[in-house]
Amino acid sequence: MEQKNHENKERTVSGYIIYRLACIVFVALFVSVMLFMVSGLPEFASQQGPVSSEVSYKYLKDTVTDTGAVNAVAGMILDYRAFDTLGETCVLYAALICVLLLLGHTRLKYSKAAAGYMPGRIDLSRESNPLKDDDILKVSMRVLFPVIVLYGICVVMNGHISPGGGFSGGAVLSGAFILYANAYGEEAAEKIIGRKLYTALTAGAIGCYCLIKSAAFFMGANGIEDPFPKGIPGTLISGGVIPLLNICIGIVVACTVYGIFLLFMKGGFRE
Amino acid sequence: MQLIMPVLLVVIFILAAAVTVTKKLLPAVIIFMFYGLVMSAIWLLLESPDLAITEASVGAGISSILFFVTLRRLKEIDPEKNDGQDVPGGSGGASGKGGDSA
Repeated sequence: MEQKNHENKERTVSGYIIYRLACIVFVALFVSVMLFMVSGLPEFASQQGPVSSEVSYKYLKDTVTDTGAVNAVAGMILDYRAFDTLGETCVLYAALICVLLLLGHTRLKYSKAAAGYMPGRIDLSRESNPLKDDDILKVSMRVLFPVIVLYGICVVMNGHISPGGGFSGGAVLSGAFILYANAYGEEAAEKIIGRKLYTALTAGAIGCYCLIKSAAFFMGANGIEDPFPKGIPGTLISGGVIPLLNICIGIVVACTVYGIFLLFMKGGFRE
Repeated sequence: MQLIMPVLLVVIFILAAAVTVTKKLLPAVIIFMFYGLVMSAIWLLLESPDLAITEASVGAGISSILFFVTLRRLKEIDPEKNDGQDVPGGSGGASGKGGDSA
């Protein structure tokens, strides 16, 4: 009996070594094939590549006169290709809904878990954040929270003048709220942003983006006057609708990341 | 000055390999966070500051926070599969009975 066990162990050990070797060989083959394909691409910033074609020169030359935004990236994603940015914002929204489906606590889960239906599952009555009353975190959050929110607002509002924009500024803003929820507990964070305000912000920001940009579909061409003035390039009030769109995207991104964090921590807002 | 780009790329490669090879989960997440930080520096060297800001806040900040939260919840759902690793601040996880090292 013991001899058979010993033989079995030896067979599994050698099989394990062969499996590992096969994995290494396969991955090395795959990586070498990929590197060979990549070496066939044009060199970085070469003149024959598709990056340096006349399309990019046209955009770089005409961004300030067409859109009024000094930041060419903001002018591209919020004026020339604003419809694609609407799709990206909807992808963020869809990701939040997917996480809500998988991790959200519903009344059904509450009742069945209380009845012992799911054995060994999440203990819903337990305090899920043991760092809630940490003094160092509280004191530092009192100083840091307005600074981070201010920085986030600055990055969002200056999206058309300096690097940044809605996506980066929204991520920074959500970081502030995540830190606040960690330091003071989820109940205190819910007094700032509760369930109703959160839903209104997320849905309202996407709706505002749709409405503002749909108006631009019908105006600003074919002789119809563009109602949003372009302003002096380089100042804060310039670039037409780009600051408003940046604000909408910043709100959506901040709410999405904060909502995903809450869903990971404790399954969403309280019922 | 031109030498810094290949050095950073090699560092990225080493960090990516180190994440997969590390046995414990908490150091692996911390190495992943550092990977995001070096990636943000590379974006700056490639002259795209928008991507640098986004990578620093999302990759090295928020994505790592979500990883930490997931590690805490995993440890508390299945206390008997504990490897004996300590997640700081983890409450109530049973210290591994006869924890088997990989």
